[in-house]
Amino acid sequence: MDTFSLAFFVLAFLIVASAIFVVSSKNIFHSAIFLILALSGVAGLFVMLHAYFLAAAQVLIYVGAISVLMIFAVMLTSRIADKEIRHTNEQVGIGLLISGGLLAVILYSLYNTPFTISDQPIAEGAGMTLGRLLLTKFVLPFEVVSVLLLAALIGAIIIARRDTKTGDSVPPRPIPLPKSLQQAKGESES
Amino acid sequence: MPFDIVQFYADWQTILPECFLLVWACIVTMAAVFSRNSGEGTSTGTYAIWTLIGVLVTAVWVALTPDGTAFGGTFVFDRLAVLFKEIVLGGVLLTVISSIGPVDRMKLHRGEFFGLLLFSAVGMMLMVSATELLLLYIAIELSTVTLFVLAAYRKANRKSAEAGLKYVILGGISSAVLLYGVALLYGMTGSTELAGIRNGIGDLFMASGSFPPGLTMALLLLLAGFGFKLALAPFHMWAPDVYEGAPTPITAYLSVASKAAAVAAFLRVFFVGLESSQTLWVQAVAVLAALAMIVGNVTAIVQSNIKRMLAYSSVAQIGYILVGAVAVNTWGATSMTYYAMAYLFANMGAFICVIAFSNRMGSDEIDDYAALSRRSPTIAVFFSIFLLSLAGIPPTAGFLAKYYVFLAAINNGYLWLVIVGLLTSVIALYYYATVIRKMFFPLDQPEGGFPVSLPLTIALSISCLGVLLLGVFPGPFVDLAQAAAAMLMPGM
Repeated sequence: MDTFSLAFFVLAFLIVASAIFVVSSKNIFHSAIFLILALSGVAGLFVMLHAYFLAAAQVLIYVGAISVLMIFAVMLTSRIADKEIRHTNEQVGIGLLISGGLLAVILYSLYNTPFTISDQPIAEGAGMTLGRLLLTKFVLPFEVVSVLLLAALIGAIIIARRDTKTGDSVPPRPIPLPKSLQQAKGESES
Repeated sequence: MPFDIVQFYADWQTILPECFLLVWACIVTMAAVFSRNSGEGTSTGTYAIWTLIGVLVTAVWVALTPDGTAFGGTFVFDRLAVLFKEIVLGGVLLTVISSIGPVDRMKLHRGEFFGLLLFSAVGMMLMVSATELLLLYIAIELSTVTLFVLAAYRKANRKSAEAGLKYVILGGISSAVLLYGVALLYGMTGSTELAGIRNGIGDLFMASGSFPPGLTMALLLLLAGFGFKLALAPFHMWAPDVYEGAPTPITAYLSVASKAAAVAAFLRVFFVGLESSQTLWVQAVAVLAALAMIVGNVTAIVQSNIKRMLAYSSVAQIGYILVGAVAVNTWGATSMTYYAMAYLFANMGAFICVIAFSNRMGSDEIDDYAALSRRSPTIAVFFSIFLLSLAGIPPTAGFLAKYYVFLAAINNGYLWLVIVGLLTSVIALYYYATVIRKMFFPLDQPEGGFPVSLPLTIALSISCLGVLLLGVFPGPFVDLAQAAAAMLMPGM
């Protein structure tokens, strides 16, 4: 096995394993940490594909900004970090069956499909081309993304803001601790 | 690359209506922020009027803008785009008029409600013009993300919060499915532009004499993604809960404008980009359309909440629209476009009746509509007209719309689909007629009458006029639909 394949499989294993931990970890803080690992692995894949700009963007935006935001959100939300979270419901069997079946179908169809693969190396200055395209042909999606972010921001503020003025508001309600934790707390205090 | 001022102007000229509406949306939102700091704040009516001015100016601007393409062909302004932009703007117009009552009761964030509505309209206007999948995806996101918020706007209401949450989760999943399809398509054809995809699919077929299985997969994923956006069975699970929980004007907007925009996007993607691979997807569309008509109409019978009933009925309606899609030609596209126009007025009108009723009675239960004709004959008569149009009874618009899609399907050999359509229409007539019967009988319960507010009367009259005009004088509207459909197939 050459180094390229080896690197790919190591990265793939890293991504899949940490992605599984993200959805199975009972502690939301651990999930966030594993998400960082998974996203860094994806950045590694981009580097292997010579997509250096994408790799840098992935690290800056996902690993850097979004994960930090998520961890901040976890830390600032009271009592969410030490709460046990259930990840499954009674339909886990059916869910596994359907998603497994879908995975099999997708794998089969992709395996039997010819993809155009270029053996040329990536040209120097691909980032410059990308930048030029973003400001000429793709300037519209580029600009609309900022509108999307603005709209999402306004929406998030409206949803998250606590209404205090009128009868249309919800009074803040303390979230009761789960039974197991309440007991543990009582024991530690006594 | 030198800067070309002529090209620059030509590019931005085609998109100025959207830019204007966007600026207007920001102005409305900012006005809401500043007015809150000064005492009582602006009244809902003032916001609504300013929003309406913006919408009307945009509608006129759209009508006056010359056809053209921009940004290297990724954005196109043609007759199809104009027609669907006007449908979307018409939907926004009626939504704004009918939201005055419900928004006034919200007390908080009233201005932002209209601002977000305009943001979502901008997304839909971009959606119907996009000929490039990246732009299409971002436009879809812009329109849905704002709708997530609007669906959950009555925060204190448990059902509204549930609606918002369900819509966010299922909307996210459907976007992921759609994107996966787009990615596969890009992987095989090397392009995200519809023209490039069309050529790429032709090359794929030339190379091996058949379509690779990956293409089928990509098409199915795209279809599922669109199915979610259109609330097509079996991807309609989110629709009844979201429709019930969201503020009713938003439900109306969701069921009309966002579906119309998605139909336009569907036409562009499937009738232009994927036209050559139609053998792969036409069967699937036929099955989905049949499922939507059966599931939507049968489930609607047992509903006791009028919003849920209309939700299932709109699942069925989108099934009828897609019956036209089995005819991948100008005639099929024409019939779908005409149906979208008829659907705009009929469904919007039906929801405005629901709003007018719940403004006074505070209820959405079908049983409470009993003997409505004694208390508010206006609502009862208008509601009956809209329901009859949805059922497809002449002389309303719904009859011709159904006739055209069925004709298109028969001409392409899909007789079984038309038979399913006719049978389910009978079922649909049953539950629409049940509501009508409830409203007019029994005659012996003269309770206190209530008037309909002036804005709602105007909105109802506009919708009713639309329904009857499209039904009685279809000529000019069919011409419009034909001109729009001709944009998809310049060769024919």
